[in-house]
Amino acid sequence: MEMVAVKDSAISENGTERTLYPYVTGTSVIGMKYKDGVILAADMGGSYGSTLRYKSVERIKHIGKHSLLGASGEISDFQEILRYLDELILYDNMWDDGNSLGPKEIHNYLTRVMYNRRNKFNPLWNSLVLGGVKNGQKYLGMVGMIGTHFEDNHVATGFGNHLARPILRAEWREDLSFEEAVKLLEKCLLIAKITEEGVTISQPYALKTYWGFSAFQNPSKGAEGSW
Amino acid sequence: MALRRDWVYENNGGTCVAIAGTDYCVIAADTRLSVGYSIYTRDYSKICKLADKCVMASSGFQGDLKALQKNLAARHLIYQHQHNKQMSCPAMAQLLSNTLYYKRFFPYYTFNILGGLDSDGKGCVYTYDAVGSYERVGYSAQGTGAGLIIPVLDNQLKSPSPLLLPAKDAVTPLSETEAVDLVKDVFASATERDIYTGDKVEIMVINASGIRQELMELRKD
Repeated sequence: MEMVAVKDSAISENGTERTLYPYVTGTSVIGMKYKDGVILAADMGGSYGSTLRYKSVERIKHIGKHSLLGASGEISDFQEILRYLDELILYDNMWDDGNSLGPKEIHNYLTRVMYNRRNKFNPLWNSLVLGGVKNGQKYLGMVGMIGTHFEDNHVATGFGNHLARPILRAEWREDLSFEEAVKLLEKCLLIAKITEEGVTISQPYALKTYWGFSAFQNPSKGAEGSW
Repeated sequence: MALRRDWVYENNGGTCVAIAGTDYCVIAADTRLSVGYSIYTRDYSKICKLADKCVMASSGFQGDLKALQKNLAARHLIYQHQHNKQMSCPAMAQLLSNTLYYKRFFPYYTFNILGGLDSDGKGCVYTYDAVGSYERVGYSAQGTGAGLIIPVLDNQLKSPSPLLLPAKDAVTPLSETEAVDLVKDVFASATERDIYTGDKVEIMVINASGIRQELMELRKD
């Protein structure tokens, strides 16, 4: 509580004491359900702008007994979120009632944390993926920086949503085995990696064209007064 | 430089439509959740049952949308404990307006339609802007596809002028099944041109016997 008070006073004095842009960032996280669980994937790079500053950042952590959390975006904000969650799990354990927070509860907690921080104009600069299994129930959800959240059979943050999800939509099945799931994730990651690290430009070449359609051969046919 | 605060909002798209009849109300929304040119999920319900005869469909920013739904659900729970009854649709309409206006200077970026039955069992539709100004109408559309749908509904349903004396009921002459078919048609059409509308449409029909849900597939491109 004290730390929050200190931060608040800093905000009122300077007006702009908050995350305006991220410093050290992690790239996409991809997650999907498979036959008997949920699988998450992310690389271990921590980028400082375009520099690969840290090479072994763990961006996927386990939360409590049933959940996995993957994060892209500001690494320090992710570490703060981990501290929030550690405290949450600790206080939950102290009830000693045999109950435990499942992935659904953790995800809901995170959605509220992210949304409340954006309401204070002081966001946690992350996109989070939360996966888990509790009582045989698979769960996979996502939360964005400003509190946008949803569940799905497969999710991906950042560029992963552009690159990996079209593949996942085409190839994902409910009954994917673990090996198949890993293979599919590797395929997604490979594409995410190739495109995020740069571009290859081929020599120019002409496209195959077909001008044989009747509309091309007589383009003005039926154009005048046809209706 | 002025403080940029545009990042606190995101447009997740979506379209809502509602039609009121003499003894029913049809309220519908698509299930696509997107941002820019990419889709978050194809299966996100934007419809929320607030009371036995009162349903809200919303589009806009998903974070605000969910916060608004939770807020109204909590307020309705308190109402039930205090009055031992369900809130009426006109009362919920006023509550929604007040809730939106309460955040006039940091608005919920949501575009809502409230539909249901009033105390006489007549169909009612309330339509809103993001800061709470509202109106009871016979039919309405809100969200990214509204511009495509409203003219069609105007053409098909012809609401009576609000200036007429004596005032005429703002209910449509359509039967329940005709209204449902019209809703399906306008969604299929909006999906053709609006990139934020598609995947599925969730239709809720509220009448004396309760609430019925229908799902129809839409184009996924």
